[in-house]
Amino acid sequence: MKLAHAAARSAPLPQAEAAPMVAFEAVTKRFGSNGQDQFTALDGIDLSVARGAITGIIGRSGAGKSTLIRLVNGLEKATSGRVVVDGVEVGGLAESGLRDLRRQIGMIFQHFNLLSSRTAFENVALPLEIAGLGRQAIRNKVGPLLDLVGLGDKAGRYPSELSGGQKQRVGIARALATSPKLLLSDEATSALDPETTQSILALLKQINAELGLTVLLITHEMEVVKTIASDVAVIDRGKIIEKGRTFDVFTDPKQETTRALLSGLAGAKLPEAIARKLAATPQAVSRAVVRVTFFGETAQQPLISKLIQELGSEVNIIAGTIDEIAGEPYGSLVISYAATPEVLARAERFYRETGLQTEVLGYVA
Amino acid sequence: MSPDMLFNLLLKALSQTLQMVAAAGLIGSLIGLPVGVFLATSGKGELFPAPVSNRIIGAIVNAARSTPFIILVVAIIPFTRLVTGTSIGTYAAIVPLTVATIPFVARLAEAAIREVDKGLIEAARAMGATPLQIVFKVLLAEAKPGLTLALTLTLVSLVGYSAMVGAVGGGGLGDLGIRYGYQRFMPDVMLAVVVVLIVLVQAIQSLGDALARRFDKRSRKT
Repeated sequence: MKLAHAAARSAPLPQAEAAPMVAFEAVTKRFGSNGQDQFTALDGIDLSVARGAITGIIGRSGAGKSTLIRLVNGLEKATSGRVVVDGVEVGGLAESGLRDLRRQIGMIFQHFNLLSSRTAFENVALPLEIAGLGRQAIRNKVGPLLDLVGLGDKAGRYPSELSGGQKQRVGIARALATSPKLLLSDEATSALDPETTQSILALLKQINAELGLTVLLITHEMEVVKTIASDVAVIDRGKIIEKGRTFDVFTDPKQETTRALLSGLAGAKLPEAIARKLAATPQAVSRAVVRVTFFGETAQQPLISKLIQELGSEVNIIAGTIDEIAGEPYGSLVISYAATPEVLARAERFYRETGLQTEVLGYVA
Repeated sequence: MSPDMLFNLLLKALSQTLQMVAAAGLIGSLIGLPVGVFLATSGKGELFPAPVSNRIIGAIVNAARSTPFIILVVAIIPFTRLVTGTSIGTYAAIVPLTVATIPFVARLAEAAIREVDKGLIEAARAMGATPLQIVFKVLLAEAKPGLTLALTLTLVSLVGYSAMVGAVGGGGLGDLGIRYGYQRFMPDVMLAVVVVLIVLVQAIQSLGDALARRFDKRSRKT
């Protein structure tokens, strides 16, 4: 049995390589005994986490994110459905099998969960001690890991002597100690300031690229997903309501909850003063207010100056953002121009020809 | 009473007190600490879930702790005789002192262990640690400052308890104070006993505090 497993790993079948690292199949999790106090945390989750990718699960607090990520390493058990990690069903494992699986899965936490009685070095050494490695083997592993996370000079420091960002770096080094194939991140940047968040995210991205490590992260911050996740799933009240490539979901959210989570990102917001005056239909002297979205090809071209020439009318830029989502450029501008029939027709033609995505928000006098 | 005589009396009483406190403290902690670990980890959904045993042992601990010490001393005389062959004297007094120490240490150790952040247990589980590894590498290591203070408190309390075992001929400082200071009305002996006790307790507490501070890495020192 053990031999067969080793052989399968050294010579993987092509399909096995393509199989997801983590698959949730119709997973439901209820807390409490039957009756009124029962609470359904997760309800029919179907989701797969691609090998080598960074997948983000975003949702409000209480949406079920934490429960979902804890199913992967068996800290929680599914009430029904299957959770499969690298071909192994987590729910079918006995305690010892579960411990073996956990040694192949690293995890980092919102509050770092470092032992205050151990130095940075000793904290990183802990999972190796637990796995039964010798003193010398541990020393050989921990040093390079602390270097990797940029804390080579802080090995002898206690967590209380480190900043939040440094603590999370120790947490990351610790999670990588047993050379896992999967890294779980439980709100790892939620307790950090924006600048530190960015540096931790850059580190995770680097590790993902250099070690080919699959990363599954949960967060309530769209900034995190936008910055590093190639794929995203949106969870709300225990259900996955939207999933796909981060760029697609973020630039074209289908669900109201997704839009709410993305507010501030999904294109420029209309200034309050203009939003109040907005009418649904054009009047005699009104101006059209239009949101123009650029991405992919269109983000690279000087389309606004072309639009102005084409319309033969003044174009007013009301609001706008230029950004990058999952590494792809993305821009959104809210502009206004005269709502006369001929200008509107010319605009319509221009948008058709260039393939710009537009949305008429309304008309102002 | 001549100063020489007083000094000899004090020295003998002090050595008896120290013997009783040290022996009862050591044996009581060796038994009480594991009981405390069990109490802290055997609740529902914890590392070694055994809610029924947890409740039974908890009840025994409570019963032992609510029995006044002087009653415990006489109540377990048959047991004391079984262990030491006698029911009077310093060695005999160590038995009830130890019996009283076990539940005391157990509750204090339980409290110290429960102070450890639950997130650390979760992190260790996520690393694939066994429950025993979690106890030794996480709980006991992290609770070390708290356990040190618990042990200090135990020793200080034992000094107090040991004053009562004069009732079974246990000797010690408390006994000296009662027999000479009170019954023979020798205030100078009483004063000397009280001074020695104060110095002893102060020394134990200072040592314990210093050790706990050394083990505690939670506060930033710069």
